[in-house]
Amino acid sequence: MSSMYFSVGPQHPGSGHFRMKITLQGDIILNAEPDPGFVHRSVEKIAETREYLQNVPLIERQCLSDVSSVTLAYAMGIEELLGIEVPPRAQYIRVIMCELSRIMSHLYWLAILGIFVGHSTMFMWGFGDRDILITETAEKIAGARVSYSYIIPGGVRYDLPDGIKEHTMKTLDYFQGRLKEYDAIFFSNPIFKRRTKGVGVLSRSEAIRLGVTGPTLRGSGVRGDIRKDAPYAAYDELDFEIPVYSEGDSYSRSLVRFREMKISSSIIRQAFENLPEGDFKVKTRKKVPEGEVFSRVEAARGELACYLISDGTRKPYRLKMSTPSFRNLPGFSLMKGSMLADMPPIYMSLDYWPLETDR
Amino acid sequence: MNIINIILDFLNLENFISNIPNAEVQELLTIVFVFLRSDLFFKILLFPGIFTILITVAELMWLELKLIAKVQLRVGPQYAGRIGGILQPIADFIKLLFKETIVPEKASKVLFLLVPIMLVTLAATTLTVIPLSETDVISNLDVGLLFTFAILAMFPILALLAGWASNSKFPFIGGIRALFQQVSYEVPLWFSALGVVILAESLNFNSIIKAQSTFWFILLLPLGAFIFLVAVIAETERLPFDIPEAETEIASGWMAEYSGLSFGLIMLSLYIKLYFGAAMFTALFLGGWLGPSILPPAFWFLTKTIIVVLIIMMLRGVLPRFRLADLLYIGWRRLLILSIVNIFLAITVKLVLF
Repeated sequence: MSSMYFSVGPQHPGSGHFRMKITLQGDIILNAEPDPGFVHRSVEKIAETREYLQNVPLIERQCLSDVSSVTLAYAMGIEELLGIEVPPRAQYIRVIMCELSRIMSHLYWLAILGIFVGHSTMFMWGFGDRDILITETAEKIAGARVSYSYIIPGGVRYDLPDGIKEHTMKTLDYFQGRLKEYDAIFFSNPIFKRRTKGVGVLSRSEAIRLGVTGPTLRGSGVRGDIRKDAPYAAYDELDFEIPVYSEGDSYSRSLVRFREMKISSSIIRQAFENLPEGDFKVKTRKKVPEGEVFSRVEAARGELACYLISDGTRKPYRLKMSTPSFRNLPGFSLMKGSMLADMPPIYMSLDYWPLETDR
Repeated sequence: MNIINIILDFLNLENFISNIPNAEVQELLTIVFVFLRSDLFFKILLFPGIFTILITVAELMWLELKLIAKVQLRVGPQYAGRIGGILQPIADFIKLLFKETIVPEKASKVLFLLVPIMLVTLAATTLTVIPLSETDVISNLDVGLLFTFAILAMFPILALLAGWASNSKFPFIGGIRALFQQVSYEVPLWFSALGVVILAESLNFNSIIKAQSTFWFILLLPLGAFIFLVAVIAETERLPFDIPEAETEIASGWMAEYSGLSFGLIMLSLYIKLYFGAAMFTALFLGGWLGPSILPPAFWFLTKTIIVVLIIMMLRGVLPRFRLADLLYIGWRRLLILSIVNIFLAITVKLVLF
């Protein structure tokens, strides 16, 4: 039986800015090979030519759906080199922004997952709620909707505005109700369950062997989350759980992200309740002392690590980012042996973001 | 005296014809005018025919845009036409009319361009036997139901032909999927309609509708009605069965290479097919043009049909797409068995009630 080769992307409604080389036999995918690199912008090299503070807007471009975590990893690295202590209020504000950005990213993912399995209502609801609720809150806090460059070395750029607590609480209350509706229309939908349950199963040992990270890893029954394993910012003072599902299929990976949205909003509530008074940033020097530092955070898609080498000047000598999307790339091997119709759910269950992979 | 006659009288073209010196041309034109003045031409062009169908289908498209927008917390079309963008489908069609029809270099050009025309022709042909009232039917065929199924059987061939003529991979997969889907669901469609035929003892739509004057058949054969509706959704490739067009898998499937007017014709044919499926459902199960005599029968028929179409359209707001394997499983292993059960139920009802 002969096989058929075609590439899904880079111009295909079912791919992002990248390409999958699919070999098909009948309706079964024989081989699926991801081919990233279409949106490479050499962020790491450009970072060597700019000053430390100027790099913040640059590196957050690598993942526009989840900007806080990227900048936080970078800022934490510089703070460690400088040897400064970030004030507790800034730590709490950072937690709030990171969790807002996690909800933003997961809503984006949920919307795209919806349209990938043919559910246009989930697409519109996801994007609508993301734009109206969450980016609006981010705008009120940081002054911009998406790329706000809010977390900088030494703290955050501005203090929280007046009345933001009430606004956020109101938003989150409404968002809780919306989550129930998402569950009713999408996650409890029998067709959606049928399309994702048992599809693209990634076993626990295989997940560890491939080195996948984030919700993809937790969907396979591994309790791996940097927020708990190596707490940063104010996460060790907050009470939250890590959702873990052991089935390892597309549905459990999706459920992990869905439950994380709920947990993230509870983290934001707690952070607002416990928000300490005080400074929101400390003064930093422009020259960073010589040294090497490794910092990591739990971004929306998984573990994001930042390796920074400083030679004592105003610019970094080398900045190396390890992004979760890149680490989840081996997950595309899950498509082997599944049907062509399973390609979109598997692709989306990895929450792959081409810009983050290529940088 | 219909409106076409009035217009022709006003134009007074017959006088002009009588002045033509050539006798053969005069004779030919006279025959043409006799046809233009006939009742049949009025039916084809205006009332149960093309004009009514196009207006209904255009407004159904608009209703779909608006209602789905309400479900999805959007506004929908606003600007074309005064009342909530009511002319949006017509504006869309005019836009497609002026766009370039791109034919792929390696495509089989004649077939590629012929398929949309054949699709629209076929879709329009099915409507000739659907009665809007006892008299408002273009052709009151004795085997109307058989005729519609004969036409329906042509659609998967055309979809496959479109995919093959495009000479492209995604359209080809889409064509094969369309073939699988429509052939599999034609069988339950037939079998569930057979229950109605057993009760009505006729294949003529008017007789079937008249047989429902005491009970609508949806009350006697709820299972058959359900199977018929599901099969109609699959035949018309609407969600959750829009597998041949699955955008994120095979990039719009068998219509991927079409653009401009040919794409517009394909969309038109799909909507006419949807209207036709709902009209069949109305005629077979919802009592067709039967209704209180305060309003004309055609009103009742169109209202019921539009409600059925809207029910089918609203599924798009809540359901995602099936997999091809699941679709075939449901078709052959569930619906087929249920439709055979439905035939036995129909026989039982027939023996008990009539």
